Amino acid sequence: MAVVRKITVAVTLALGAMAAQAQVSDGVIKIGVMSDMSSLYSDIGGPGSVAAARMAVEDFGAAKKGMKVEIVSADHQNKPDVGSGIARQWYDTDKVDAIFDVPNSGVALAINQLTREKGKAFINSGAASSDLTGKACSPNTVHWTYDTWMLANGTGSAIVKTGGDSWFFLTADYAFGHALERDTEAVVQKNGGKVLGKVRVPINTQDFSSFLLQAQSSKAKIIGLANAGGDTINSIKQASEFGIVKGGQSLAGLLVFISDVHGLGLNTAQGLIFTETFYWDLNDQTRAFAKRMAAANNGKYPTMVQAGVYAGVLHYLKAVEAAKTDDGTKVVAKMKELPTDDPLFGKGRIRADGRKIHPAYLVEVKKPSESKGPYDYYKIRTQIPADQAFRPEKDGGCSLIK
Amino acid sequence: MTEIFGVPTQALFGQLLIGLINGSFYALLSLGLAVIFGLLNIINFTHGAQYMLGAFVAYLLLNKLGVGYWWALLIAPIVVGAFGVLIERLMLKQLYKLDHLYGLLLTFGLALIIQGLFRNEFGSSGQPYPIAAELTGGRNLGFMFLPIYRGWVILASLVVCIGTWFVIERTKLGSYLRAATENPELVQAFGINVPRMITLTYGFGVALAAFAGVMAAPIYQVSPQMGADLIIVVFAVVVIGGMGSILGSVITGFGLGIIEGLTKVFYPEASNTVIFIIMAIVLLIRPAGLFGTQK
Amino acid sequence: MKHQRIAFVIMLAFFCLAPLVLYPVFLMKVMCFALFACAFNLLVGFGGLLSFGHAMFLGTAGYASAHAAKVWGFTPELAILFGTFASTGLGVVTGLLAIRRQGIYFAMITLALAQMIFFYYLQVPFTHGEDGIQAVPRGRLFGAIDLANIWNMYATVAVVFFGGFLLIYRAIHSPFGQVLKAIRENEPRAISLGYDTTRYKFLAFVLSAALAGLAGATKAIVFQLASLTDAHWTMSGEVVLMTLLGGMGTVFGPVVGALIIITLENYLSQLGSWVTVVQGVIFVICVLTFRRGVIGEIANLIKKPL
Repeated sequence: MAVVRKITVAVTLALGAMAAQAQVSDGVIKIGVMSDMSSLYSDIGGPGSVAAARMAVEDFGAAKKGMKVEIVSADHQNKPDVGSGIARQWYDTDKVDAIFDVPNSGVALAINQLTREKGKAFINSGAASSDLTGKACSPNTVHWTYDTWMLANGTGSAIVKTGGDSWFFLTADYAFGHALERDTEAVVQKNGGKVLGKVRVPINTQDFSSFLLQAQSSKAKIIGLANAGGDTINSIKQASEFGIVKGGQSLAGLLVFISDVHGLGLNTAQGLIFTETFYWDLNDQTRAFAKRMAAANNGKYPTMVQAGVYAGVLHYLKAVEAAKTDDGTKVVAKMKELPTDDPLFGKGRIRADGRKIHPAYLVEVKKPSESKGPYDYYKIRTQIPADQAFRPEKDGGCSLIK
Repeated sequence: MTEIFGVPTQALFGQLLIGLINGSFYALLSLGLAVIFGLLNIINFTHGAQYMLGAFVAYLLLNKLGVGYWWALLIAPIVVGAFGVLIERLMLKQLYKLDHLYGLLLTFGLALIIQGLFRNEFGSSGQPYPIAAELTGGRNLGFMFLPIYRGWVILASLVVCIGTWFVIERTKLGSYLRAATENPELVQAFGINVPRMITLTYGFGVALAAFAGVMAAPIYQVSPQMGADLIIVVFAVVVIGGMGSILGSVITGFGLGIIEGLTKVFYPEASNTVIFIIMAIVLLIRPAGLFGTQK
Repeated sequence: MKHQRIAFVIMLAFFCLAPLVLYPVFLMKVMCFALFACAFNLLVGFGGLLSFGHAMFLGTAGYASAHAAKVWGFTPELAILFGTFASTGLGVVTGLLAIRRQGIYFAMITLALAQMIFFYYLQVPFTHGEDGIQAVPRGRLFGAIDLANIWNMYATVAVVFFGGFLLIYRAIHSPFGQVLKAIRENEPRAISLGYDTTRYKFLAFVLSAALAGLAGATKAIVFQLASLTDAHWTMSGEVVLMTLLGGMGTVFGPVVGALIIITLENYLSQLGSWVTVVQGVIFVICVLTFRRGVIGEIANLIKKPL
């Protein structure tokens, strides 16, 4: 019986594999959207990213141009081994040409490596580690949306300049958290501030009480939250439970998304200052995009990560059309050649190290009385021009920059 | 928070208090496990999932039926306890004649099922559950700011733990339970319905887990994973305390919470492992645990 | 004996021919986990000791071998050997601590020790915590054979797997294995016959740890990644599941169990949490009604050991 079972399984798997092979030829552009579909980053990227990718393919008009574009998606569960396993299978057997999104810097770094080995394309919209265009830069990777350097520079310098000159870090204990802490620490010190202490916290921690207590006893003026998603929400909520803000310290959310503000509510989140590169209420085009996204994603308004997936897919398809191939290395080179122009991030370009350049916005969360409706959450404090928002090319340690 | 004894002392007391709060959960959960193991000889791996169920029942009661925290403290343990009775009747009963390890494997499988189903339904990021209005706010104790709710946690768990210990060790019902563990046939010969007692005992242990879950809901996010990693630590607590000893698990629960809190101050890197290190040492020196008796 | 030989030939044929139709990386994963499950089965099925912490061996070997290959530049066979050596060492230390206890206490102490190891790996810098050791080079086997070539890698994994399998088979059918089975059946009687049961159990534990390590070390090279998943307690649960489903105490059971579980995970992965639910259901069904496992049931039907 075991033998029969083994043969049945083998035949089924073989048929599946053969079927997959039959439909893929070079006429199909296969896009893989890999995200965290079920855990702490699922509202930041997740199913919304898949919806954004679909919209981009529609808007590009692939059908009219005679290009066949397919989208597949998967959940990396924030685990590098799961993510790289899926990516490997996508590249080897499923003939996926490019991978998009991937929030979680650990997974992103793994996929960055794999994509370079296989000569495919990786357009990352969700991860934050500035190493993707620094030490780990690759001719097959484009880093869209944001990175830790930009966040540190935007948020960090703004806060230090207004008097927040002693910091204590609560850091998510993986690539992203460390990178964010490192970049923000550098900015704080450059602007004359001091870092009084730091504590590393495993991701998906439920209870921050002992870490918050350490932050309190350090007497730092600013408690920097070098974490994201559910971790940020939890730490902000519990900080208010422990009277941290009442006690005179301020929280600096180093990476906050509109979905987090929505989860916290304006009562708790008001006054938070942070940096983003997209807000749905900037202009008519972003508002139109937001309406379409809300319709496709259960009424949730788009985060900058999902906007980045849309813009990235659009630019990728333009580059494929111009380069007339779906070979990863060539397409990414073309993406750097063509200037970008999309309804969400405006005009910009992709540098030689893979970094996408666009303006950033320092935002402040409105008070409940100032908000006219759901998702009307931000006041734009300043706009940071594109060429100042991101780390200078020569400073990253990227081997592609001579 | 403004009174300064010297920063280290302040941090010390604060962490000790947090440790006591964590210890309350360890005590409540290990109490349930100890009751079940002591009287049924089953390692209830589902305990973490049942703790999570308690929190979710509270969450659903609030969001679907508008039933608040205080009622949830009563209703959730009953609901989840009834579910536990069902498990015992349908599945665990068949395993009593086999090696105890099968009970462990069955409850492990049940935990996977429950956690997987809830993760499918609710995702793993956790749902918010508000602190009951009467318990919000905090008190400035001088060395730290103590949220009232966390103080309530310590109080409630002490009451429940001592109450349970009292019932089992000092009442007639408790003595029947203890006798039934020693010699079920003899006790049955006296006309006491032993199988029903066992079923109800399992239900009670599960209800304790659910009670802990409701208490946890306002401060830890209500998430399908909330019990999974906690349960391993609780196992360690029960083993250190002595697997059949009620008093042992309560004292060890609170004690280990405090030790963990102290470790966070002096050597935070080890705070995750200190309980397991203690367990390894205890098992080498006193295999039956600090308060247990070898069966 | 004859039936076991037939089963072995079928297994050999499957792993030799399947990569022509199935994704070879998938099959390599199956082989690594099959070896892991066989090693675990040696301890539980033949030694009667249920360890709930076997992930610590898989994880330790994975990290050791990944670090050796990436940071110290070991060639793959040396990296794998180093990984196996590391987990054997861990097996000796944990065995000395755990082996004196029985039943539930043994399971609990292995679980606790595995948790300690997991938290250690979470903190210590060389593992890079949540990110894991990435970009582990496949390298050149013996300095000559390039393992980036998928067929070279596959052949290497197959050799490792079959080698380990045969070693376990030999151990089970040797005098050592017989004594082990005797201890599982009735330890007091074995003691009365003059056997130092503690020493036999300890040896079985260390052997099991070594072979689990071999699986982990090889896996790290194949997937070029060593991560926390391999040391997490859910991995310990998975190997119990594979062995239980396949048939505890049978020779081929763990292989079949591994094949089924890995296939399931692969195919259900897009359904996210359903994998966990299905695993739980399999556990429950196996414990309640299917205790002999797949191979166990077949063996029972044909009345011959498998």
